[in-house]
Amino acid sequence: MATEAHEAAAGAAGHSAGMPQLDTSTWGNQITWLLVALVVIYLVLRFVALPRIGAVLADRSSTITNDLAAAEELKQKALAAEKAYLAALDKARAEAGKIAAETKAEIQAELDKEIAKADVQIAAKSAESEGRIAEIRAGALEAVTEVAKDTAKELVSALGGKADARSITAAVTAKVKG
Amino acid sequence: MTDVAETGFAIHPMDQFIVKRFFCDAAHADCTTNIEWYEITNVTVWMAATVLAIVALMVFGSRGRAIIPSRIQSVGEMIYGFIYKMVEDVTGHDGVKYFPYVMTLFLFILFANLLGLIPGSFTTTSHVAVTVTLALMVFLGVTLLGLAKNGLGFLGMFWVSSAPLALRPVLAVIEVISYFVRPVSHSIRLAGNLMAGHAVMKVFAGFASMAVISPVAVGAVTAIYGLELLVAVVQAYVFTILTCVYLKDAVGGAHH
Repeated sequence: MATEAHEAAAGAAGHSAGMPQLDTSTWGNQITWLLVALVVIYLVLRFVALPRIGAVLADRSSTITNDLAAAEELKQKALAAEKAYLAALDKARAEAGKIAAETKAEIQAELDKEIAKADVQIAAKSAESEGRIAEIRAGALEAVTEVAKDTAKELVSALGGKADARSITAAVTAKVKG
Repeated sequence: MTDVAETGFAIHPMDQFIVKRFFCDAAHADCTTNIEWYEITNVTVWMAATVLAIVALMVFGSRGRAIIPSRIQSVGEMIYGFIYKMVEDVTGHDGVKYFPYVMTLFLFILFANLLGLIPGSFTTTSHVAVTVTLALMVFLGVTLLGLAKNGLGFLGMFWVSSAPLALRPVLAVIEVISYFVRPVSHSIRLAGNLMAGHAVMKVFAGFASMAVISPVAVGAVTAIYGLELLVAVVQAYVFTILTCVYLKDAVGGAHH
């Protein structure tokens, strides 16, 4: 192994001849550590990393699927709600129209009734008033005659005459009529 | 070689591949000979770095288990999804249970290649010993798995029943040879690519000490570095997809 000793000297100086890859004396060392490294990597991947990443990926895809399904469901719900809302709106509008028309008719009927009643009352009141006016007018005429009679009687007695009731009445009546 | 060293211009492109004891001062001791299998070498250190990088990305990065991933978690998930899909597409549904093995190989090679690109580091996957071990693991694993699953029917793979009867023995010989060449090409491809790329970079980096051509050399190193990044990823991918293709022979052997 003289060449090896020579190589060792050259290696100590920083370089050696030939390909280090073909130096079989280091193979045992390399292969040992390679196997150690591979076993460690395999165990870490097999029991820690890959199950974890696989679970995360599965989780994510199921989350996405669920979210998409939920979104679809919510969309359907929203559409149904919109449809129901529109239907309710239409119904409410129709109902409101009906109620408005009904109320209008009711009010109209009430109004007509009230107007008729008021007309009747007005007519009664005016008839009554006319009666009263006529009565008052008649009353007034009578009172005038009475006052005139009394006045005439007082005048006659004041002048020292003897009042003949019958003649005075006749005279006053004639004058008032006159 | 000694005269160029005297002028300060010496290129040793292969020195970066020397395996040496890690806790060793080259000025006082011999760090490269008689390395025992248990000794801590630069190989050990850079493989440990590879393991740590993988743990950092795949375990530490995913510790949040977040539905909305952090950046590092999404990188880990992308690699997971990429390799998982590759295994599923190439080997079929039956091959999915070997996904952790394939993932181990891919991540080890990818990170060893990438860490090897750090200036001054050591590229473990540029060594034939490492890649041959990796390739033999795949080769032996696939062969034993195929025999265990399909029995002697696995050997039917070499008997091309769609060819004319006269040609079948010839084809069988060719198939057997190509089957046994697989681990060779599988391993040499990876080690060769990385070794050549790193050596070329080192050569250009050596030329950078000559003032006249240094701009060209620095530019070339930069360009080759970019290319080597691509090679590092592509070679990890190639090794992995070939592993899947070989695995398919064992797993889905009855289907073709």
